[in-house]
Amino acid sequence: MPRTVRDVVFVDGVRTPFGKAGPKGIYHETRADDLVVKAIRELLRRNPGLDPKKIDEVAIAATTQIGDQGLTIGRTAGILAGLPQSVPGYSIDRMCAGALTAVTSVAGSVAFGAYDIAIAGGVEHMGRHPMGEGVDPNPRFVSEKLVDESALFMGMTAENLHDRYPQITKLRADEYAVRSQEKAAKAYANGKIQADLVPVSVRRTNAEAGETGWGLVTADEPMRPGTTLENLQGLKTPFRVHGRVTAGNAAGLNDGATASLIASEEFARENDLPVKMRLVSYSFAGVEPEVMGYGPIPATEKALAQAGLSISDIGLFEINEAFAVQVLAFLDHYGIADDDERVNQYGGAIAFGHPLASSGVRLMTQLARQFEEQPHVRYGLTTMCVGFGMGATVIWENPHFEGDK
Amino acid sequence: MSTTAELLKQASELFPDEVVTVAHVRHFDLPLGAGRFALITLDNGHDHTKPTTFGPASLANLNTAIDQVEKEAADGEIIGVGITGKPFIFAVGADLKGVEILKEYEHALAIGKGGHEVFKRLSQLAVPTFAYYNGAAMGGGVEVGLHCTYRTVSAALPAFSLPEVFLGLVPGWGGCTLLPNLIGPEKAVSVIIENSLNQNKQLKGKQVYELGIADAIFEGADFLEQSLIWTAAVLKGELEIERPVIDRGEAWDQAVAKGRFIADSKVHGAAPAAYRALDIIAAAKNGDLQQGYDAEDKALADLIMGGELRSGIYAFNLVQKRGKRPAGAPDKSLARPVTKVGVVGAGLMASQLALLFLRRLEVPVVLTDIDQERVDKGVGYVHAEIDKLLGKGRINQDKANRLKALVSGVLDKAEGFADADFIIEAVFEEIGVKQQVFAEVEAVAPAHAILATNTSSLSVSEMASKLKNPERVVGFHFFNPVAVLPLLEIVRGEKTDDASLATAFAVAKKLKKTAVLTKDAPAFVVNRILTRFMGEIQNVIDEGTPVEVAEKAVEPLGLPMSPLVLLELVGPAIGLHVSETLNRAFPDRFTVSPNLAAVVKAGKRGFYVYDSGKPELDPEVAALLKQGDTVLTEEQVRDRVLDAVAQEIGIMLDEGVVAEAQDIDLCLITGAGWPFHLGGITPYLDREGVSERVNGKRFLAQGVASVPA
Repeated sequence: MPRTVRDVVFVDGVRTPFGKAGPKGIYHETRADDLVVKAIRELLRRNPGLDPKKIDEVAIAATTQIGDQGLTIGRTAGILAGLPQSVPGYSIDRMCAGALTAVTSVAGSVAFGAYDIAIAGGVEHMGRHPMGEGVDPNPRFVSEKLVDESALFMGMTAENLHDRYPQITKLRADEYAVRSQEKAAKAYANGKIQADLVPVSVRRTNAEAGETGWGLVTADEPMRPGTTLENLQGLKTPFRVHGRVTAGNAAGLNDGATASLIASEEFARENDLPVKMRLVSYSFAGVEPEVMGYGPIPATEKALAQAGLSISDIGLFEINEAFAVQVLAFLDHYGIADDDERVNQYGGAIAFGHPLASSGVRLMTQLARQFEEQPHVRYGLTTMCVGFGMGATVIWENPHFEGDK
Repeated sequence: MSTTAELLKQASELFPDEVVTVAHVRHFDLPLGAGRFALITLDNGHDHTKPTTFGPASLANLNTAIDQVEKEAADGEIIGVGITGKPFIFAVGADLKGVEILKEYEHALAIGKGGHEVFKRLSQLAVPTFAYYNGAAMGGGVEVGLHCTYRTVSAALPAFSLPEVFLGLVPGWGGCTLLPNLIGPEKAVSVIIENSLNQNKQLKGKQVYELGIADAIFEGADFLEQSLIWTAAVLKGELEIERPVIDRGEAWDQAVAKGRFIADSKVHGAAPAAYRALDIIAAAKNGDLQQGYDAEDKALADLIMGGELRSGIYAFNLVQKRGKRPAGAPDKSLARPVTKVGVVGAGLMASQLALLFLRRLEVPVVLTDIDQERVDKGVGYVHAEIDKLLGKGRINQDKANRLKALVSGVLDKAEGFADADFIIEAVFEEIGVKQQVFAEVEAVAPAHAILATNTSSLSVSEMASKLKNPERVVGFHFFNPVAVLPLLEIVRGEKTDDASLATAFAVAKKLKKTAVLTKDAPAFVVNRILTRFMGEIQNVIDEGTPVEVAEKAVEPLGLPMSPLVLLELVGPAIGLHVSETLNRAFPDRFTVSPNLAAVVKAGKRGFYVYDSGKPELDPEVAALLKQGDTVLTEEQVRDRVLDAVAQEIGIMLDEGVVAEAQDIDLCLITGAGWPFHLGGITPYLDREGVSERVNGKRFLAQGVASVPA
């Protein structure tokens, strides 16, 4: 049977505001699955033309698939969100690139013709599920020196990356972080972020964390607008004495969920759904786990090669800011300036937060909005580093592209 | 507001055990850039199994919260105020424990005033107020929302009601006044009167919206978020909320008249609450809210100091608490598993029991009878009932298949009962027949199997007396209609052991029945009291009092039906049979009416004909009656009947038929439908002085089902 690969598009994406993990965080008393449910329902409300019965899949990523993030959350969240029982779902895990992998997985199925439209997203409630919860690394990793012990601690891998690229100083990382906060604050002021957030009601019973009772979250909690270089320079380097990585030049520990609609372009057009981005290529790559922040570079190399593009063809970058050093390593590799305006226009995870498996769709949602505003840009990419030494990159085409004028 | 605060502080000192609800105030920005908002969350700090209530300290907390938001509203710091509840619960109204302890009229009056003074502030703030009915809302919970400018309701809300009239109160924190002014008198009467008197029927979220009580409805998954987005739209003027214009003309009076008709048909004028509520609804026609609140305060205080409410709360607690934890039941850990049920007999009663066991236990149920035709008929009945449930959508096809596969009928008891754990007989009411049936069953059933009898009047001990293992025989007396009446009298025979009894209680719980433990005494509880009651009516008729006078004499009790209508429902022949049984046991107190015997002999099924639409004495029955010439007044009849009932209950308690008077009342409420406002019957006998007159003492201490001394 002859098959034709179909064009795959990013129809829409939403997310909950991100929260700070921990007892004082806004989501401390909110379940992870409920966060996913709110995002899925918002996606459906925003796209009333989509008959939920036509959804072929719900792929939801979570790194720690325990408790309210377990039980095949793609399936359970679908039922909880009120999707028809006929819509299946599954869970997915590639740590930080979970939601990104959910998107590429369903995209592959759409291209193949298995699905017409699917929901892909992710969640991480790092307050309810701290990093490393329930992990049981095989002792051979250490005994056979398969990886260095530092590979399990992301902050240490970031310090290792600083070692590899001595030109990436703490000062550069801090300067980058200050810019991320500035850009994020500006994006908020211009209403670029709020439009893709779903408000979440949150309960608080612990008076030490603030006013008690039900509240409503409409903005990201981790944001620190007005952060200065001086503020950052005084911070501790928890991963190494005299190190470079601080809470200020890295993403924090966060709670949040994202969801997106991925469809064949034909289906989207037939159902009058928006076409916000067109998938060009995607790639994953493995690197030494001790310097996992290097991952986006080989992943991007592969994705560009597949697409027959070069880095100069990319007009907009959404790079996950797990650590400033990892972004800077990528930029240095491609000879892009630290403050290049094509990169993370709305700021990044250093400001918004990085609830691990949810972040990939946040990058896409922001890139989609930038595409719409910048029809002169044809291609953009979303990329992120992944624990245990991986990188993930997706290249997108702007459907609003007006040609080379 | 210091006077309100003081009033509530004083009231809270009377009620130190209150589970206090906190009114949390939290501020945030609404979506759509609408502005700063204050949301009050009512939360008693427990999970949903202990719903949020309002006692005086809780009201004081809400009052303090309103102080805060009132100031913020006046200062322009917030643009609106909302109120909602903890997960699954909005608020379920006044704390009844706080009502029970009230002894003084002034304190009762303060309860009403306290609620009004706090709640009505929500309608007097400088900004609009919004109630978000997120979960169960009852009584004062519903009312606090009615004082708000707008309301939303969750589609997942499982229970919403103004149950005050059901208990013996009026919705007196604004309900009677505000609800008809919001949704019109007809719908208000339906919620306040009809639902209450219809076994406290609950509304679901969708109905709350359709009735117009809520302005918007949102699904449970993101109810609060969507309510707040809606709030933002309303506050920004993007949404116009339209409410229907209420007809304040004749329709109002008609609605109230309809309410009175409903009340009459349910309580027959015997309980004041519904009528007091209707009076306030009638007066609310003029739209004067304060006048309505004042009337509510007075009604509440009068009712709180009256016996009907105290009886109502007592009855409610019996059903909710004692009914779920039966007095005298052995430790439930002694219960043996029941994985297969046998039913001896395949007649109508046996088939109904088979259906009940099948549906609730979902284990194999085997019917046996003396010939294949009867067995087939019994199984056929169960299959037909399952099909009916399927047709009504109460069960799905899979469940229907499962249930049908579980029921079977055999002629050979050995084949049917060899692996049964619980075998119940529902054969002819004759001791010899029942003894033989049990002997046959014992020969084939496993040694551990419970042998239960649905006898209504025979001795369980006697039935067991010829068995090798009499310790496993229990009485399991259901009430007709089995699917409707909750009561199950569980009878302990002389030799019944704890394990068998515990198993019987465990089965009763699975059957969702209200189980009451009784001694193996003639006719157990309900039938004994009803027979004494009816017997005395029959006696006065036989002696010469006209039938209508005898019937009217007990109308003030507000029983579900008159004695002779009840006799018709039971069947005169069965009534006669039970009276004969009791006459044999207690010839000095239980008579066998010759007139009743004549009616039965003539093959009549009742005393009345209904040709005119109303019950009228059947001329053929009238012709059969041979009456004496002693004509009593209604009052004299009533005294005689109540005296007889009080005497009988006194004797039953002395004999230890049940543990306490509470069990008698629980039986009468759940097995005979005797009303809450009587508290079953002993609270009424106490408050009318009958107990004292007949037995020289009350059944219940002062303060139990009555105003404390």
